[in-house]
Amino acid sequence: MLLTCTDVRKTFGSAVVLDGLDLAVDEHEVVALIGASGSGKSTLLRCVNLLTEVDDGTITLDGEDITNPKINPDFVRRKIGLVFQSYNLFPHMTVLDNITLSPVKVHGRPSSSAKEQAMEWLSRVGLADKADSYPDRLSGGQQQRAAIIRALVNSPRLLLLDEVTSALDPELVGEVLTMIRDLKGDGVTMILATHEMGFARQVADRVAFLDKGKVLEQGPPAQVLGDPVEARTRQFLARIIEAGRL
Amino acid sequence: MTEDSLKVHQPSDIQLGRIAYRRGKAIRSVLVAAVSTAVVGVLLVVAITGAPGWQRVKSSFFDASIARKYLPDILEGLWLNIRLFAVCAACALLLGLIASVLRTLRGPVFFPVRALATIYTYSFRGLPLIITIYLFAFGIPGLRLQGTPNVTVLGGAAITITYGSYIAEVLRAGIESVHPSQMAAARSLGLSYRQSMRHVVLPQAVRRASPALLNDVVSMQKDVGLISLAGPIDAIRAAQIGSAESANFTPYVVAGVLFVLFALPLIGVTDFVTLRAARRQNAGT
Repeated sequence: MLLTCTDVRKTFGSAVVLDGLDLAVDEHEVVALIGASGSGKSTLLRCVNLLTEVDDGTITLDGEDITNPKINPDFVRRKIGLVFQSYNLFPHMTVLDNITLSPVKVHGRPSSSAKEQAMEWLSRVGLADKADSYPDRLSGGQQQRAAIIRALVNSPRLLLLDEVTSALDPELVGEVLTMIRDLKGDGVTMILATHEMGFARQVADRVAFLDKGKVLEQGPPAQVLGDPVEARTRQFLARIIEAGRL
Repeated sequence: MTEDSLKVHQPSDIQLGRIAYRRGKAIRSVLVAAVSTAVVGVLLVVAITGAPGWQRVKSSFFDASIARKYLPDILEGLWLNIRLFAVCAACALLLGLIASVLRTLRGPVFFPVRALATIYTYSFRGLPLIITIYLFAFGIPGLRLQGTPNVTVLGGAAITITYGSYIAEVLRAGIESVHPSQMAAARSLGLSYRQSMRHVVLPQAVRRASPALLNDVVSMQKDVGLISLAGPIDAIRAAQIGSAESANFTPYVVAGVLFVLFALPLIGVTDFVTLRAARRQNAGT
């Protein structure tokens, strides 16, 4: 297993967000996290990336306990890419500088080779002409694709996608989803928190339904989304269908 | 709308009416502004030159021959102010930057530095600059330590430390205005806290704080004149000497005009930067 979360617990004040959560992700696997707002999807991703400290339980990456306080979080984060709902590109840097910042400053790569690689990625998703633009000149979909490249250029072992299409206008969602589908073809291991059930069904190898801080049900997309075992999963999916999102 | 329809479009009568109305309104407001400016200007001139004491004031504040006589001395003093300003501004910016970053450090290890930085910004923003200059320029030499620098350096240090505390607070507000998600994004890429500060948070913070920062620098530009309290002959001290010799206030007016001229370029830059920042904010970056 590439990533194993065992009995992970996280509270904010009196709110228990993760309550003994277990989840394992294999290499080259794509796992979609679904569940209502507040079910702990984003918190789980932040815990895996060590942006948030767990209150109990263990998370291992490549067999290494990354919740061990003795570990240097910067080294762990070099192996994990994270893409945010609101892109979080750096507004004072061009798209190209956004992408090459970490390869150059963290991984110590020469600026020219980092730029070359960044340009390859940008051309691949049709953003080569935006390399020298500042993020505020890009549409939401373009910004999010640039943000995904930024998280990918260091060839992370694991890519975390936190509701990456939730802030986008409906007509821009497609271009980002296409890119993620291509990444699956490249064999990138991904955990994606999402509200796009149709997309989860297409791209995920496994869907995990989070409820009250636990993985209540998981399995192949067709089973979890089509014929769920748990009553709460059925309720959740019924509400999604009502909202016209499945 | 296609380009063709743009080219051939003739404004309707309603639109022509609107254009004519707006033009008439614009002409009227220009006329009103011109007339009211003229009226206020004339009233001011009449009120001042017609005042019973005007002749006395004119001879004791605006005496051209006295102005010419003391101008070289005052200019020489101003050169000291300019040099002092350049050094103090650079040092205060550096000091403010350090103090502001120290105040944002989290974690118990940093409690002492955080506390020191907080005490510094609180005390020196409250302490009047004049008192700080007196304490530095007369208090420190009083200790009779070997190698005590001269009063110009000590006075400059007082100005630097006082302004450093203002600048620290402006920068800290700038740092805190950068959304935490920017720090999270930087850390998620593997950048350390230091690297995230250096490459992501501080550049944005300085940009946002630059109008307020420049405002502090403009204000510092005139406050370097307070160095005269410590003794060195700057523009204000030269004016004071001239004023005592000639029993006339004109040298002060000369020094004042020179300070304004000295400040004008930077004030211009400040206005430009503030305007640009406001425009950027409105563009919704």
